[in-house]
Amino acid sequence: MSNGGSTSQHNGAGENYLTAGYGLKSWLLTTDHKRIAILYLITISIFFALGGLFAVLIRLELLTPAGDLFSSDTYNKLFTMHGLVMIFFFLIPSIPAVVLLGGVDTGWTFYAPYSEAYSNTAVGLTAIGVFITGFSSILTGLNFIVTIHKMRAPGLTWFRLPLFVWAHYATSLIMLLGTPVVAISILLVFLERVFGIGIFDPALGGDPVLFQHLFWFYSHPAVYIMILPSMGVISEIITCFSRKRIFGYSFIAFSSLAIAILGFLVWGHHMFVSSQSIYAGMVFSILTMMVAIPSAVKVFNWTATMYKGTIIYQTPMLYVFGFLGLFTVGGLTGLFLGTLGLDVHVHDTYFVVAHFHYIMVGGAIMGYLGGLHYWWPKITGRMYSEAWAKLSAVIIFIGFNLTFFPQFLVGYLGMPRRYHVYPPEFQIYHVLSTAGASVLAVGYLFPLVYLLWSLAYGEKAGPNPWQAKGLEWTIPSPPPTYNFDVTPVVTEEAYDYESMPREAQFVIEP
Amino acid sequence: MSSNHSGVVAHQFDDAVQQRETANLGMWAFLITEVMMFGGLFASYGYYRWKFHDAFVEGSNHLDYLLGATNTGVLICSSFTMALAVQAAQAGKRKSTIVFLLLTMVLGLAFLGIKAVEYTEKYEHHLIPGHGFQVASAHPNLVELFFAFYFTMTGLHALHMIIGLVVLSILVSMAWRNRFSTDYYSPVENAGIYWHFVDIVWIFLFPFLYLIGRS
Amino acid sequence: MLKDIPFLPQAASAMAGRVDLLYLFLIAVSVFFFVLVATLVFIFAIRYRKREGGADPTPIHGSLGLELLWTIIPFCLSMVMFGWGAVLYFNMFSPPEDAQNIYVVGKQWMWKIQHPEGNREIDELHVPLGASVRLIMTSEDVIHSFYVPAFRMKMDVVPGRYTSTWFKATKIGKYHLFCAEYCGTKHSEMVGSVYVMDPVEYEDWLNRSTTATKSMAEVGGELFTQLGCQTCHFEQSGGRGPSLHNLYDTPVRLMSGETVKADDGYLRQAILDPAGQVVEGYLPIMPTYKTQVDEEDVLKLIAYIKSLALPQKMSAHPAEENQ
Repeated sequence: MSNGGSTSQHNGAGENYLTAGYGLKSWLLTTDHKRIAILYLITISIFFALGGLFAVLIRLELLTPAGDLFSSDTYNKLFTMHGLVMIFFFLIPSIPAVVLLGGVDTGWTFYAPYSEAYSNTAVGLTAIGVFITGFSSILTGLNFIVTIHKMRAPGLTWFRLPLFVWAHYATSLIMLLGTPVVAISILLVFLERVFGIGIFDPALGGDPVLFQHLFWFYSHPAVYIMILPSMGVISEIITCFSRKRIFGYSFIAFSSLAIAILGFLVWGHHMFVSSQSIYAGMVFSILTMMVAIPSAVKVFNWTATMYKGTIIYQTPMLYVFGFLGLFTVGGLTGLFLGTLGLDVHVHDTYFVVAHFHYIMVGGAIMGYLGGLHYWWPKITGRMYSEAWAKLSAVIIFIGFNLTFFPQFLVGYLGMPRRYHVYPPEFQIYHVLSTAGASVLAVGYLFPLVYLLWSLAYGEKAGPNPWQAKGLEWTIPSPPPTYNFDVTPVVTEEAYDYESMPREAQFVIEP
Repeated sequence: MSSNHSGVVAHQFDDAVQQRETANLGMWAFLITEVMMFGGLFASYGYYRWKFHDAFVEGSNHLDYLLGATNTGVLICSSFTMALAVQAAQAGKRKSTIVFLLLTMVLGLAFLGIKAVEYTEKYEHHLIPGHGFQVASAHPNLVELFFAFYFTMTGLHALHMIIGLVVLSILVSMAWRNRFSTDYYSPVENAGIYWHFVDIVWIFLFPFLYLIGRS
Repeated sequence: MLKDIPFLPQAASAMAGRVDLLYLFLIAVSVFFFVLVATLVFIFAIRYRKREGGADPTPIHGSLGLELLWTIIPFCLSMVMFGWGAVLYFNMFSPPEDAQNIYVVGKQWMWKIQHPEGNREIDELHVPLGASVRLIMTSEDVIHSFYVPAFRMKMDVVPGRYTSTWFKATKIGKYHLFCAEYCGTKHSEMVGSVYVMDPVEYEDWLNRSTTATKSMAEVGGELFTQLGCQTCHFEQSGGRGPSLHNLYDTPVRLMSGETVKADDGYLRQAILDPAGQVVEGYLPIMPTYKTQVDEEDVLKLIAYIKSLALPQKMSAHPAEENQ
């Protein structure tokens, strides 16, 4: 992983953060945020591959209606692990690997009383794992909020902050407010299992629906933890490759906060058929419609940003196009689920599965890959192969749609989630979906290869290959350990691309 | 900042003021997460209390409100000594900082001691939820539910007290080694904020668990 | 070939067509917005692509008018969706007065169904065409969910309480019944079939069935005697417990001063956790019957208690009465 760093010594540019030390200890105990980020990147990439492997196995199983590849227990563990790994270790990334030791079969939602009294798998161990993960995500959120409030560079006022930072600020608010609640609910499940007391188990007087309330109070906002940072990335990339400031800066910034806040008021829309009162259902439905508004505002502002710009088709921009399409579909189908009478039918079917994959894979991962390609030259100091990168972006887009679009249709037909065997008339859609998953898997393998390749053989990137705005592009790539020799002073608004000299716009070759 | 303490400003900060403000904000943000965590517990407790009112009142009556009240007094005193410790640290008075920190710790330990007495009593009366639970009641299950909440909530609170005591003992040793000054006292200040918070949680726990609906 | 691939599921209930209409409306709105965004992105990407002689990017900070426009229009549309969906939802959970009851108990991994007439089935539900059927459901273990796609109907089946929903079948045939809430190893095998039958055939099926020599209320009455309930609950008041005659669906004053309605949920609670809601004027002396009866027995006891209500108000065969 430090190959890129070691070769950069030859250019005589001096030490950078990658070459500051080589020992294992210098990485694991580092306080340099960039090294920590590299550790995150490697860890979550491994988990992503693992979660992806589970997904491939699930898709293979569903190729035929009969459960002929795995036993039901194995299948149940597979989809639980796929959910847990992707959500807690990739999308809300963090460290421990406890889940992988025992295997769990509760679904990632741990619904009581199943999780308390009926599951024989390692629910306790997993609960501890999620607890530790939760603690790490609280601390991450804390760190971001405090840094953004107190440690901005001089002149970097709130409304000069990059939108990526605003998005992280909103995300951190959610982590701070939501995670403790899920931590306490999982703790209660854990206590119930260990001591046999009935907080959520109706056999002992408890109320299983209360668990759902507590769980979704966190876990719905958690969805926004996954998507908001990606939205921030999109804002950064779309301005850079439109050579133009963002349209409606403050609307995008405040819509992030609106999403974070409204996100806490809509948890009940996961429970329209769980026997909560129908009036509660109506309140949650109307609030859910509200969350759609700031998301729509963002999409329109991004689109308008391209108007009268100078659009450059580099790889990160292709991911932005992909994001816009997929996120729009994901968001619109969210309205289907928030609409009461319709949700009764599609709740817990593949329609839901398709919807959240459009948001989380289509949205969050498109943002993740876009960001990775955008900042890769900054992180490693090397350029990747543009042709291969574009090819894989297209493959991923096609594979994704082929995988998940059929699931909307089969969901409306009534195919329930978490089904190991299913009626034969649904098979055609599952075959399409599995075919798409294979394309998608190939698409994901490509970047792994050409990005690693670029570490050793890629062209040197220079400090600012995209002629991008933003403080990070004013220092060498990869940056030195202490980032800036002199604390920079910010004197202009974010994304002031139009004031750049015209020649600068044409440095980048599409 | 005095050259003597320049070492206490970590490299990512410009000066001591920024460092202190940052640390303070961090503590407040952390306390918000604590509020959310206890909030989840209080909300669940409140829901069941409303749903199973009679059983929960019955459970309340099994608690010793005199011990609870004493503990409330002890904690309020400890908050007072903690506030004095923070003030002493701000003024740079090393000796009184140490004395007040130690006093706070003594009161904290007293609280835990009384809590231990209460727990022992519950154990002797078979009121620990789980297989040995026994209570003469029309709905033992629901009384057990009350005790599940009692132990989870007071247990989590006691855990926070223990963590607080560990932090205080570290502070005492830091003060002993003369680490604090009028420029650098935010660890004491933040520990104080934390300690007051834990105190306030108890101020809510006491009436909710011991007093409401008591006959 | 495309014709053979289904797009909408079979529609076999009064609700199905209404849900599909809402679905198509949402699809229309979605297609409109998706095409709008996609077209704009496409046009901008081509029109303003980087090229020699292209115009300089124009600095635009934003436009309050546009922001308002694309806030207000989606807001209004979403309120239409909300209102439409809410009306349907309300109807889905408001059974008509004349609905006949069928009882469902979920258990890992099967559906146990009882008809008031006494017929019992497992993983199958027979219902008459055109009649409103109200399902009263509970679970013996974990949360399940009763889902019939052809009826566009789904309701969680939660242990420890009764949940209910209703439907009116409009098309004869055999339809899927799924469990839609993950419930353990054989979740995907907790499936069955719903048979919608011609009312005459249904009547025939009820009589033909070997499981039904006695109605639910009759079996419940036997159970009532077996358990010795009648030693405290007399026909007239004066027993150690209140009389259960004419009790169903009437208000009951409790020791705590509250007044509750003696519905299915209350009766279930009174059998399984009698000390929880003691009737005013009686001592809390009734023991729990939790260990002696299961959920199906409770349903039978409740059916019996219902049959003790005034005949003009309630009967063991409410459906017949309304025909």
